[in-house]
Amino acid sequence: MTATTTAPAAGVWGAIWQGVTRSTSGFVGLCLVLSVLAFSFVGPFLVDSHNPTDVTSIWGPISAEHWLGTNHEGKDTFVQLVLGGREPIWVGFVAALITVAIAVVLGGVAGYVRGRVDHFLLQVTDITMTIPFIVLMLVIASFYRTASPLTVSLIIGLVTWPYLMRSIRAQVLTLKEREFVEAARIQDLGTARILFVEVLPNMAGYVFINFIIAVTNAIYAVVGMYLLGLLPSTADNWGLMIQQAWDNNAFLLPRAAPFLIAPMVMIMLFQIGLVTMTRSLEQALNPRLRDR
Amino acid sequence: MSHVTDHPAAPPAERALLSVRGVDVGYRTGRRSRVTAVRDVSFDLYPGQSMALVGESGCGKTTLGLGLLRLLPRNGVVSAGEILFRRKDGRLVDVRSLAREELRRFRWSEAAMVFQGAMNAFNPVLRVRDHFLDTFRAHAGGRRPRAQLLEHSAELLRMVRLDPVRVLDSFPHELSGGMRQRTLIALALALEPQLLILDEPTTALDILTQRSIVERLAELREELRFAMVFITHDLGLAAELADRVGTMYAGRMVETGTTRDIFHRARHPYTSALINSVPPVTGDLRIPESLPGGPPGIGALPPGCSFAPRCAHAVDRCASTRPALDVLRTRPEGMSHAAACLRSHELFAEGVTRD
Amino acid sequence: MIDRTVPADQQPAPGPPSAPDPGTGDAVLSLRGVHQVFPTPRGDVSAVSGIDLDVRPGRVLCLVGESGCGKTTSARVAAGLAAPTRGSVSFRSGDVAAMDGKERARFRRSVQYIHQDPYASLNPVRTVYSTVSAGLRRHKLVRDRREARRATAELLERVDLTPAGDYLDKYPHQMSGGQRQRVAIARALAMEPEVIIADESTSMLDVSIRVSLLNTLGGLRDELGVGFLFITHDLAVAKYFAWDGEIAVMYLGRIVEHGSTPRVVNDPRHPYTRALVSAVCEPDPDLARTRDRVRLRGADIPDLTDLPPGCDFHPRCPLYEQGDCDTVRPPLVPGHDRLLACHVVGGG
Repeated sequence: MTATTTAPAAGVWGAIWQGVTRSTSGFVGLCLVLSVLAFSFVGPFLVDSHNPTDVTSIWGPISAEHWLGTNHEGKDTFVQLVLGGREPIWVGFVAALITVAIAVVLGGVAGYVRGRVDHFLLQVTDITMTIPFIVLMLVIASFYRTASPLTVSLIIGLVTWPYLMRSIRAQVLTLKEREFVEAARIQDLGTARILFVEVLPNMAGYVFINFIIAVTNAIYAVVGMYLLGLLPSTADNWGLMIQQAWDNNAFLLPRAAPFLIAPMVMIMLFQIGLVTMTRSLEQALNPRLRDR
Repeated sequence: MSHVTDHPAAPPAERALLSVRGVDVGYRTGRRSRVTAVRDVSFDLYPGQSMALVGESGCGKTTLGLGLLRLLPRNGVVSAGEILFRRKDGRLVDVRSLAREELRRFRWSEAAMVFQGAMNAFNPVLRVRDHFLDTFRAHAGGRRPRAQLLEHSAELLRMVRLDPVRVLDSFPHELSGGMRQRTLIALALALEPQLLILDEPTTALDILTQRSIVERLAELREELRFAMVFITHDLGLAAELADRVGTMYAGRMVETGTTRDIFHRARHPYTSALINSVPPVTGDLRIPESLPGGPPGIGALPPGCSFAPRCAHAVDRCASTRPALDVLRTRPEGMSHAAACLRSHELFAEGVTRD
Repeated sequence: MIDRTVPADQQPAPGPPSAPDPGTGDAVLSLRGVHQVFPTPRGDVSAVSGIDLDVRPGRVLCLVGESGCGKTTSARVAAGLAAPTRGSVSFRSGDVAAMDGKERARFRRSVQYIHQDPYASLNPVRTVYSTVSAGLRRHKLVRDRREARRATAELLERVDLTPAGDYLDKYPHQMSGGQRQRVAIARALAMEPEVIIADESTSMLDVSIRVSLLNTLGGLRDELGVGFLFITHDLAVAKYFAWDGEIAVMYLGRIVEHGSTPRVVNDPRHPYTRALVSAVCEPDPDLARTRDRVRLRGADIPDLTDLPPGCDFHPRCPLYEQGDCDTVRPPLVPGHDRLLACHVVGGG
């Protein structure tokens, strides 16, 4: 009876906060994410971003001067690590934003309006799903020698939305049968309002979780592309560091280990943080899991 | 003014089947927080009696019913008191102190529960037949041949007026709500328990189905002489099926007595208000009274009488003094009329409550 | 118990408008020969088979029956939430099916529907203010936010949620079932409806709350002249709310008895109505033990895909007579002082 049900926290943000703070793993995840964000976005203001080349100290060891040693050009690895987070994280967020925005709008419209619109949108989704991502990137990379982070996120965003779109469409299909949606229709509130004000906010938690998942996917995608050399770039970033380590046979040199390992560790910490945070968020935001 | 015989300190009554003494039931709501949903409930139930627990939702009726058999959800616990039960072999056990295995055997064979949502009580992928077989195997000691168990199941189903041939082979979802509820009752009676606890047994059912279940339950009780505690917010059902009624409000028993005491001579304003709020179907139009507001949250009980804030007859002292459950008329076998109202005598004199 | 009995003869006499008389022009909402058929894997199921209903301003028409008898389907057709397979729904003498966009929008707003479950019919992420004022804002019935809040507060007070200020910014999960149902009513009221269709709107509430909610609805009926199509399985509720109105008893998609409430409830004629009335549990232990009960021949409703020939009720009917009952379906015809569909008691 009454005592067995827990009232949801007011609003989505309240639930999100509750979700991340109430379990230990969720909180650790949040801390990890915030630390990596601070490291990559506040850090650059605290280090000398010039990071000069020093030919006298190629693959320099760990020292008080170079906390993580130096790379094949004699640049400080730690400084590179600090500077290298911005781009992949930034690209990840923007790409996820694009993916989620497209998926929510198209999924919502397809699920709510049904009929011919639904049919058409599903066709578009199917076609998009068949685009081979890597090949597309190769083609684009060969056309444009320098792709800006924004272009990269746009490409990732435009290619990865169909999966989320399908699950959002499925959710809207069930939500639209709920009585409060019918009540809104009786009030003649108009399709757009019902969809965007009545239906979609009920999926805010789900969308938020998928946003975070999309961020992790986009970061992997962009790092992978740098690693494969698909994206020519001059700026410091973790993916490029791994690629350079690879190109310069860093894995054969014990002294070069920090340069190879450090960016991988950063990426992993950030991803683990996001994933654990998402897991406990899911429990807070998904009513079916919440009651267990 | 004497206190109830089934006071927390009183020893278990001689012949009583169930002696509940000062029982509190609480729920854990957080790591360190807990709310008490049922407070200090005491009563004796004698063999063959049928007792209704009535009250609005959120008054602790279901919690008490579940607590009696320790069927509470994981975060619930009977935190104080004794639940003494006289087993078939005459031994007196405290349900609170039963170990897990003893408790499992105790349920069904000594006392069984019929839940509110008949669908949720079944495993949807098992046929009705398997539910019966499982029940027999899990609770009855000793092995009996399958054919004999099936014959016994069929007999039980016939007892609740169901066609065993059809029902035994069905999946729960293939049965109508009324048939499911009757099947559950048959299942609960499988091991001839002495006590049946029913939580809102007819609430979700249609009126004609409700009627057939009410009648069947009354007949079965005549036949099998089991005692019954049923939880309902339908006062009509209580009037029809119970020998005695306990009114619950904000986790406490506020009035208890025979069915006639409660329906004709209610001495607690809450009981009167509940009864007066039911529009009758026979006779001319009587304007039912509305009872504004709702019961207080169990976490925030007012200091005095919990009902005082909604009570039309409350005076100043009601807000500060909590009334005890005082016996107004003593009768044997737990049938005494008792009410927890400071003004029950005055109100009776004023004709607000009738005698 | 305080006795506030109102004898039947002191009640306002059920006037001519409440007598069932298909064809009178003063009905706001009319259903004529409405059929609703649902295709299922096991064949077509006729949930509603030719019913006529009229809802009049300030009057209550109560639809009573067991679940599966077609009450809710009829209500949904009446509210325009589903188009009838056959037959017509007319609003202010205009056929809804033939309406243009503007008329339809008017119909849509003038006929409001209140769901059974106030937990499901309110959007969990919207505040009371947002829910109730959505229609006002959408249809430009208010100019700005201040006006919207004032209008919402008035509506909340109208449904006895006082002081309204306490409720405006609450979310559904912060309120009790009764309060939520009042919010749902306020939302319907915002559209200034002429008809409210209430589908079991009080059945999920505690008895103590039920009466005050019915009184609130009664206020809308008497003071605002809202007509009600009131769906319930509870005859006591029907009797209380529709005392001055009519009751139509449905069984398996057809109306079997239709007349003024005091007649139908206090003197039921159709054996099905009699069974329903006698099955009610009364909160009176003496009455409960002495009352005559109608004993049905069968407890379960027949399968809608495989209806018996003749009268739908005959397999359960205690008055069943060999002859017409199992061969000819009785039509709904005037008999006594009401409409009745029965070979045995009808036509007398």
